[in-house]
Amino acid sequence: MALYSEKVMDHFRHPRNVGCIENADGIGEVGNAKCGDIMKMYLKIDNDVVTDVKFETFGCGSAIASSSMATELIKGKPLNEVLKLTNKAVTEALDGLPAHKLHCSVLAEEAIQAAVKDYCEKNNREFNF
Amino acid sequence: MIYADNAATTMMSSVALDAMINCIKNTWGNPSSLYEFGQKAAEVLAESRQIIAKCINATADEIYFTSGGSESDNQAIISAAKIGARKGKKHIISTAFEHHAVLYTLKKLEHEGFEIELLDVHENGIILPEQIKNAIRDETCLVTIMFANNEIGTIQPIEEIGKICRERKIIFHTDAVQAAGHLPIDVDAQNIDMLSMSAHKFHGAKGVGALYVRKGIKLESLIEGGAQEKGKRAGTENVPAICAMATALNDSCKNLETNSRKLLNLRGKLIEGLKKIPRSILNGDENRRLPNNVNFCFEGIEGESLLLLLDDKGICASSGSACTSGSLDPSHVLLAIGRPHEIAHGSLRLSLDENISESDVDYIIKSVAEVVEYLRGMSPLWKDKISGKKEFVLK
Repeated sequence: MALYSEKVMDHFRHPRNVGCIENADGIGEVGNAKCGDIMKMYLKIDNDVVTDVKFETFGCGSAIASSSMATELIKGKPLNEVLKLTNKAVTEALDGLPAHKLHCSVLAEEAIQAAVKDYCEKNNREFNF
Repeated sequence: MIYADNAATTMMSSVALDAMINCIKNTWGNPSSLYEFGQKAAEVLAESRQIIAKCINATADEIYFTSGGSESDNQAIISAAKIGARKGKKHIISTAFEHHAVLYTLKKLEHEGFEIELLDVHENGIILPEQIKNAIRDETCLVTIMFANNEIGTIQPIEEIGKICRERKIIFHTDAVQAAGHLPIDVDAQNIDMLSMSAHKFHGAKGVGALYVRKGIKLESLIEGGAQEKGKRAGTENVPAICAMATALNDSCKNLETNSRKLLNLRGKLIEGLKKIPRSILNGDENRRLPNNVNFCFEGIEGESLLLLLDDKGICASSGSACTSGSLDPSHVLLAIGRPHEIAHGSLRLSLDENISESDVDYIIKSVAEVVEYLRGMSPLWKDKISGKKEFVLK
């Protein structure tokens, strides 16, 4: 049995929404180089809706796949729904992750939260949707 | 497929496979049985022991069969520790970059009251004999230093270390799992008292290995239950695998020079090619390393993604990143030679064998360069370094 599901490998091999957004409305970066994974999310937000999202990730296969899946799950969604995205939802959408890789999906959730928080701070808004 | 992970395991050689199958079919008796059919198996066992002994310049009665490198390491170290403890000597010298079969056994002994001293292996991954000389005390009962490192391939000054131990009458064990069949071994000339080897690292079968124990050193048994291996390792011998191990080792030793020459050429080419990747570094001394070992770190990327993408290109390799080690820390070997965590995560080990061609090496270089560039393209860490927000670690 392979380490990763076909979904994980698909998102790893063909990551969706890779790159950065110039003048993003919210940017979130989590993780650190020492631990071997850094995830950065860029959000374009219009009327409290995520109209575009891009990511950059330094990390293992599941970190890249988790970022990719997370961007797909929040693209076009209103912020109140975006903030409800859990690592569990990311993991499920990927047809599961090995136990020692679950933290990758946690990073994806945290990176999105951080990006929305950044948007709120920039716009003097409460982190509450 | 290009198989470049021979330090993990090797393909069985055809001679070893033939020997094994022949033995499974025709000499499958129990060597402890009295009747002739059993004694045929005992003969195969004795011949195998003889062949293996000859390959390392030992005598047959100094060879004990085990399940592999880990068991050999465990048994050697525990035996030497017991001998030491009986004399009140409980100080053991080793290095920080040994295989875990050695390090975890030492850890266990530490809990039992032994003092374990792990010596520094420097950035080039090679210990200096003077370090051993300086570390030895009256209470030292064992020095255990690997022949060649399993990740970065660096070869240790075994003969000199052995000489120092011999002069001070201290048992010297070496984990030669990566060296047997790949480097010349002479337990007499190199002053080795105990030596571990594993068959599947030199084109033999998995699940079998040997421990050389110099005459006069009392071996402690880890598995009780029978008179096999002079009562030091119970359990019916895996005769077919042992026979294959002897065949494989003999074959490897016979072709050692020819293979080394070929591998040194490929290794040089591979190192030159990978050095051209910006912000990369070779791990371990460039010359004093196993002829088949190449190990690099690439800044700004993570090793597991590198391996997965190389796998897509048909290349089998390994990495010392945390994600491939199954722990939170990257390879203890890379940390021991002073690579920071961040750099150690981006490591790649390529271990060749004689089936790899020059054009395979060209393809590996091209593929690694492409994959590193691709991963750096999506790495926020790399971007921060390029833009000057963070500093580069490697030149």
